Amino acid sequence: MKDNIQALNDIFQARIDNGESIEPKDWMPEKYRKTHIRQISQHAHSEIVGMLPEGNWISRAPSLRRKVALLAKVQDEAGHGLYLYSAAETLGISRDELFDQLHTGKAKYSSIFNYPTVSWADMGAVGWLVDGAAIINQVMLTRTSFGPYARAMVKICKEESFHQRQGFEIMLTLTNGTEVQKQMAQDSLNRWWWPSLMMFGPPDAESTHTEQSMKWKIKRKTNDELRQQFIDITAPQAEFLGLTIPDPDLKWNEETKHYDFGAIDWDEFWQVVKGFGPCNKERIDARVKAWDEGAWVRDAAVAYGEKKIQKSKVA
Amino acid sequence: MSKDWPLFEVFIRSKNGLEHRHMGSLHASDPEMAMENARDVYTRRQEGVSIWVVASTDITASNPKEYGELFEPAADKIYRHPTFYDLPDELKHI
Repeated sequence: MKDNIQALNDIFQARIDNGESIEPKDWMPEKYRKTHIRQISQHAHSEIVGMLPEGNWISRAPSLRRKVALLAKVQDEAGHGLYLYSAAETLGISRDELFDQLHTGKAKYSSIFNYPTVSWADMGAVGWLVDGAAIINQVMLTRTSFGPYARAMVKICKEESFHQRQGFEIMLTLTNGTEVQKQMAQDSLNRWWWPSLMMFGPPDAESTHTEQSMKWKIKRKTNDELRQQFIDITAPQAEFLGLTIPDPDLKWNEETKHYDFGAIDWDEFWQVVKGFGPCNKERIDARVKAWDEGAWVRDAAVAYGEKKIQKSKVA
Repeated sequence: MSKDWPLFEVFIRSKNGLEHRHMGSLHASDPEMAMENARDVYTRRQEGVSIWVVASTDITASNPKEYGELFEPAADKIYRHPTFYDLPDELKHI
């Protein structure tokens, strides 16, 4: 039996090495399945929880143009969450179980959404930096080995680029505005810069999942590689805006052709992951409230659907 | 007491003249709601002109374990392809 599993494992790894996609009904190692359920659901939860900090500003958007854009972005995030939940469900876990894991804190979501959005400029910084970081990760994932995850990512990436552009446009408008507006934009960058860098996860040396994930082509680049890519892209954009990235060690390195940057406060990262960020409780409470208070609607819809089926049988 | 909403598969025709293609799946309490949700989830940017929704339980799928008996017999039937037949190069339009 053990030899048998080993043989299946070898065939599986050969398929991955050969660049084949893995589909839900194919044989896969249990750990591959579990890793995907964890990662895809975490990604789905991030989309869903990610609606909350932005939803905060829909009713206070400064113009109709900004409001329709923000509404469309938040609606996209709901859609992205749904694509991803569906992908996770192909691995044999139910939607209710996935929600339950989120609501009980068993499943995580991106720590970035545990920071508050205290000014309108944060809608700019979130779109520019948070979506920018997400896009770098997601573009890589369009080539991930598990078919349903990769397909969800292709759809998401197509839709996501407007999110980042609308964010940058908000920053651009503010930095071209009054002194106070410029200051708002700078303050927002100051607060979102470091948490955005943390979105790529712990450094490679401390990342427990990276090695296996690379072997299974779940990830194709390491956390540190993606983080460097983000910094190299974003630093010139900050300069274009006339804003200062809050890192005195950030400097172009002519030799490596990359930006050098200062030490990241990983203690803060782990604090937020463990539940002690500024908004962890508020976010989960909002989700649980929506789920609990919507229960009667879901039940009524099921009852109505069943009644329609019965009526059509009688007729 | 809550029951999970059933799963539906969503197929979309992107424009007339093309076939419906599988786009993904979603949960809904009945086919009508599945149709409404499919419109919101999968056609926010004019991706479609027609939608089919099918209860996932109504789909019969082949099993990857049967790949061999289902698909391998086609592999050695190369005479089903035009390139199998040797014809002189100077021959045109064939």
